[in-house]
Amino acid sequence: MSQKEIAGQTIEFDDEGYMVDHTAWNREIAAVLAQEEGIETLTDRHFDVIEFMRKEVAEKGTAPSIRRLNKLNVVPTKELYQLFPGGPAKKAARIAGLKKPEGCI
Amino acid sequence: MSEPVKKVSIIVSQGSLEGVYPGLIMANGARMDGIEANLFFTFFGLDAIIKKRIRKLKVATVGNPAMTLPGGLPFPTLLGMIPGMSAVATAMMKSEMEKLDIPPVDEFLEMIHDSGAGIYACKLAMDMFHYKEDDLLEQVDGILTVGQFYEASAGAQIIFT
Repeated sequence: MSQKEIAGQTIEFDDEGYMVDHTAWNREIAAVLAQEEGIETLTDRHFDVIEFMRKEVAEKGTAPSIRRLNKLNVVPTKELYQLFPGGPAKKAARIAGLKKPEGCI
Repeated sequence: MSEPVKKVSIIVSQGSLEGVYPGLIMANGARMDGIEANLFFTFFGLDAIIKKRIRKLKVATVGNPAMTLPGGLPFPTLLGMIPGMSAVATAMMKSEMEKLDIPPVDEFLEMIHDSGAGIYACKLAMDMFHYKEDDLLEQVDGILTVGQFYEASAGAQIIFT
């Protein structure tokens, strides 16, 4: 566990750097986390993915798989890998303030 | 701390459904974690990237001592020899996989291709089964000799399935 001061808020992170409480998330926090992941600026397309993931977690309790993101036309797999280079599922989840994805697919 | 895995080369040599999936899951999982991945299909594993064969992959119901009937009783090899048994077992496995969000082989290969992994066919196996380039899925990046496979695998860990 660690704490960080972001945009005037104290945010708690687990040992792997994922936010402990996803309801404390906002776009300013996302921007800071994105930079830590090597993404300079978050575009509307990044937020399409992030917001959809957050919506699914709020509604169903689990984040969508890469396959689901593709099937529901949220983002094609190829673009997802371009938006979050070097590990899309984990990076997108971390930036979205969600916990580390656990699935194998 | 040990050095993290940066690149993998996965060889798929078997053409049964259960022989093909592990390699696909590992390649996809590698890409999900930002690990470079190449898939190399050889011998009967080629079936997974041959257009007219890909949808016909089946679970082997003979010679598999780990196979059980629904409920856990042993599945006698003699039962597995009954025509249609392989199709039944395949349908059951496919429905279980769909529940876990594991895509069918053709969709999975498309996904793996889109993730930036390389998909290759073995030259020798292509010649042996008299397949032509036209027989391959469009997601296949090329046909490689063993030497070219090792070249493409520079710096990678090689996994044989």
